Amino acid sequence: MSSSTAVADLPAPSSGSSVNYLNATYGIKSWLLTTDHKRIALLYLTSITFMFLVGGVAATLIRIHLIEPQGALFEPETYNKMFTIHGVVMVFFFLIPSIPAVLGNFLVPMMIGARDVAFPRLNLLSWYLYITGSLLILYTIMAGGLDTGWTFYEPYSSAYSHTHVVAAIFGIFINGFSSILTGVNFIVTIHKMRAPGMTWFRMPLFLWSLYATSVIFILGTPVVAITLFLVALERIFRVGIFDPALGGDPILFQHLFWFYSHPAVYIMILPGMGVISELITCFSKKKIFGYEFVAFSSMAIAVISFLVWGHHMFVSGQSVYAGLIFSVLSFAVAIPSAVKVFNWTATLYRGSISYAAPMLYALGFIGLFTMGGLTGLFLASLAEDVHVNNTYFVVAHFHYIMVGGAVMAYLGGIHYWWPKITGRLYPDGWARLAAAVIFIGFNLTFFPQFVMGYLGMPRRYAVYPSEFQVLNVMSSAGASILAVGYVIPLIYLIWSMRYGPVSGPNPWGATGLEWQTTSPPPTENFEEIPVVTEEPYNYPGIEVPTRG
Amino acid sequence: MAAPSPGTHTRPADVSHQFETKEQQREAGTLGMWLFLATEILFFGGLFCGFIVYRSLHGRAFELGSRLLEVRFGAINTAVLICSSLTMVLAIYSAQTGKSKGRIITFLALTMLLGLTFLGVKLYFEWYHDYLEHIVPGFGFLNRPEWGSLSPEVEMFMVFYFFLTGLHALHMVVGIGILSVLSVMAARGRFGPRYFAPLDISGLYWHFVDIIWIYLFPLLYLLGGRYSLRGH
Amino acid sequence: MIAFSHLMFDSGCSIRALIPLHPPAASSIAHDFDRLHYTLTAITLFFTILIFSIIFVFMVKYRRRSEDERAEQIIVNIPLEIIWTVFPMLICAGLFVWASALYVRNSRPPAASTEIFVIGKQWMWHLQHPEGPREIDELHVPVNVPVKLTMTSQDVIHGFFIPAFRIKKDVVPGRYTQIWFKATEVGDYHLFCTQYCGAGHSKMIGWIHVMEPTAYAAWLAGNEKNPSMAQEGERLFDDLGCAGCHTPNNTGLGPSLVGMYGRPEKLRDGSTRMADEALIRQAIVNPDSVPLPNYPPVMPTFKGQVDEEQVIELVAYIKSLGAQERTPNP
Repeated sequence: MSSSTAVADLPAPSSGSSVNYLNATYGIKSWLLTTDHKRIALLYLTSITFMFLVGGVAATLIRIHLIEPQGALFEPETYNKMFTIHGVVMVFFFLIPSIPAVLGNFLVPMMIGARDVAFPRLNLLSWYLYITGSLLILYTIMAGGLDTGWTFYEPYSSAYSHTHVVAAIFGIFINGFSSILTGVNFIVTIHKMRAPGMTWFRMPLFLWSLYATSVIFILGTPVVAITLFLVALERIFRVGIFDPALGGDPILFQHLFWFYSHPAVYIMILPGMGVISELITCFSKKKIFGYEFVAFSSMAIAVISFLVWGHHMFVSGQSVYAGLIFSVLSFAVAIPSAVKVFNWTATLYRGSISYAAPMLYALGFIGLFTMGGLTGLFLASLAEDVHVNNTYFVVAHFHYIMVGGAVMAYLGGIHYWWPKITGRLYPDGWARLAAAVIFIGFNLTFFPQFVMGYLGMPRRYAVYPSEFQVLNVMSSAGASILAVGYVIPLIYLIWSMRYGPVSGPNPWGATGLEWQTTSPPPTENFEEIPVVTEEPYNYPGIEVPTRG
Repeated sequence: MAAPSPGTHTRPADVSHQFETKEQQREAGTLGMWLFLATEILFFGGLFCGFIVYRSLHGRAFELGSRLLEVRFGAINTAVLICSSLTMVLAIYSAQTGKSKGRIITFLALTMLLGLTFLGVKLYFEWYHDYLEHIVPGFGFLNRPEWGSLSPEVEMFMVFYFFLTGLHALHMVVGIGILSVLSVMAARGRFGPRYFAPLDISGLYWHFVDIIWIYLFPLLYLLGGRYSLRGH
Repeated sequence: MIAFSHLMFDSGCSIRALIPLHPPAASSIAHDFDRLHYTLTAITLFFTILIFSIIFVFMVKYRRRSEDERAEQIIVNIPLEIIWTVFPMLICAGLFVWASALYVRNSRPPAASTEIFVIGKQWMWHLQHPEGPREIDELHVPVNVPVKLTMTSQDVIHGFFIPAFRIKKDVVPGRYTQIWFKATEVGDYHLFCTQYCGAGHSKMIGWIHVMEPTAYAAWLAGNEKNPSMAQEGERLFDDLGCAGCHTPNNTGLGPSLVGMYGRPEKLRDGSTRMADEALIRQAIVNPDSVPLPNYPPVMPTFKGQVDEEQVIELVAYIKSLGAQERTPNP
């Protein structure tokens, strides 16, 4: 048995050398002023985990509150702040950065055989922008909260809300530049810094998905930045831009807002899809089925995602013609995702399937993403959307994709690359248990919400008619299980950093350049830049079919 | 069969550690700047889009608003900026062709001077006077009777005017800052035919800011219905 | 959990009552809609179960039996790729056509609809019958009669949602949005605000009472103490001084409004607009934005002087003038 899954010829990582990126330099300055992409990834990991907890606390309080039809915990004003903060924090400060900033930053240079990203100092700046944005949001929370919903619809957000809208907007605005700079960094890195021999079609699919994501970062984020800035101007200078009382058009706000925020949801899922491609191949010891199809699907999703924003506005007073156009395009964007699901499933065929925790996350992702994506077809269907729009049906749909999809992919990726990042293994039994608890808790939480939505329970309701109570209680019970599921990895992953068994360079027997270095890697990633000679996921087969 | 990777231990001094060759570094920097400019296009683009939508919804009010602006100052500024792009190109050319650092600095300084001229005209002759005439939204904006019921939309035109030109001016200030850093680098003799990438890349940025103005000027100043073949 | 058990024992104890699975189908489109909904549900459940099952089967059948086991590297099958691209496309195309047809068909209210005017404001629904009755958070309508709602908001965006009828539309300040329904079952149905609008959003709910025609007529008669909307509008028309300029026969500073409603109006810039509710509202709150040829732009704006209710009443009055013969503009 060899490290025969090498895609390049590299000197075997010197065992016995214990200098790696974690211990190469010491002291707080060496971390806070680092330009090493791996350390920056860890800085992000810490801050993103913190923000996830903030958003998660809000979610917990929401689900407890909704046990009672008249609300168990809060006055409506406070409840409105809870769901707003949950949305703002989870969307902008967890889901959008998570995989790109943590796993992407750590892995992009390693996967393409480079020593760092193209602009390491910009990378550090990205983190500081994220921190600044987060601090502004934390300030918003502590100074009394925000109650506009994460969607900031006009004219409520400019002329009617009495909460700290401007502070929150500046937090999101500054954080947006964090995303933009990350996108620029990734695109340039992937274009210009691939190791010799690494053609586009020899790249791991994780890189394709990050590339597609970065395109959306660059083209979409500025639009929401400027739109929210206009809302802030309205508040600060008391002028009208979207306020109809002052000649403005609130529907224009919606168009500009959703022009970014729809592609944003693909920012949240595309990196997750990339992780899944890595996990499925490694844990079934197979090359990916239909590599080009998966790669091109990522790009197709990124492009089409910019054309569908109007499906958030089918009942806002849009013309019938606009509705028809956005509906057909929204159906179109579902097709590449379906293609990916089928390709992943086909990859499992006749594979050698391991039940390691990352694989359980990946397999759960495929099923849950299928359900979430198909419920998106309900929303793309004009007549259907009229009924279920703005109800819990939509809430269930996007949580299936974002939690059942993106979060599970994130956790799967964290578990998969944890040995590479920390040099330690975690207890797989506990990890599998946590994955199962998360899967069960998740479904119990969100499946009842589909029914609730169809029955007519609107979203963002602090109190609700009692006939919805049973479903709400079921959902809250599920949420308590889900919360436990999230806490378990927090415990054993932290434990493993000190007490976990030392992992070797490649505990999973995976292909990919990142597995050809030590765990943890040295600061410069590779002693010598590798030369790539083989296709990705080049697991040895029983018969190796000729390609083409 | 590992080929020894090029340049690992023979990397030139002014190539950062993540790059293998100077060529790679320059290409990366240029691509990075183009991508950043793409984000800026979308950034201004959102504003342009909003402006155009409102202009089609409130044509009359936006014409009235446009008439509040003085075309001569806009025109002067347009000429100033176009000249500054020329001087910027000459600065880069001087470096590329190995001219003296004094020459590079001169052209950079001229570019900055023209940029400051632009800002001066804008700040004093336009914005300050607008303030005195009470047409700055949020700062004592007064409705004029000839606007009738269109006053809120006229004010909205001015909101867009100030935000568009203000955002542009902010980008100019950043540009002037970058130019001053480049001047210091030039004074230290950093630039020559073998190394002028920072000038090149900053030149891209400067030209972009110029082009934004070239869109802003007709959109805000010239489309006010004051020039018409029929005349009314 | 106390609430849960309380609900279990006190309610009718049937599982359906405990966990209702679908709302009442009480409008002319509800059954069409439900058919689409259940088809989508079936497709979703089918593919979800299919994928989960395949995964489960593969997980078991191809589980790793030893660490250096090798897999059969089957990685390309173009016909399969084509099938699973084209097949979903066909399903999507079918759904698109079906859902769009339903939507387009339902987007235009039938000609002989009863009109109701809706004003949403933080945090209540104001519903006005043209004959006069005003309702707050409640709407009485006759069964089997198409009802057209013309809606606007006094402040922020609200959403008008009747789950039992499967209809929903945002209610937007500064413009009118329209929706229609034909209730097919007598009963009481939820009305919800469905676009987040602030502190009272979840309390901005009400009831739609669908009644037998005779019962409805009796209700209407019993509530006719208020003047009709057109009468209220006429009163406003006089009180606000509109009558001073808008005299019949075009003898005043402004055009006569008799017969104007529903006809195309040519504006000064040459464009033509239909004189509907939206144009009348715009002329009242922003007259200089719709200048007419041959009339001086001297109409003052009434923005801030009339609220949305009063605007609707003025509109109703002007509509009522539409029945009479019109002297054309000079």
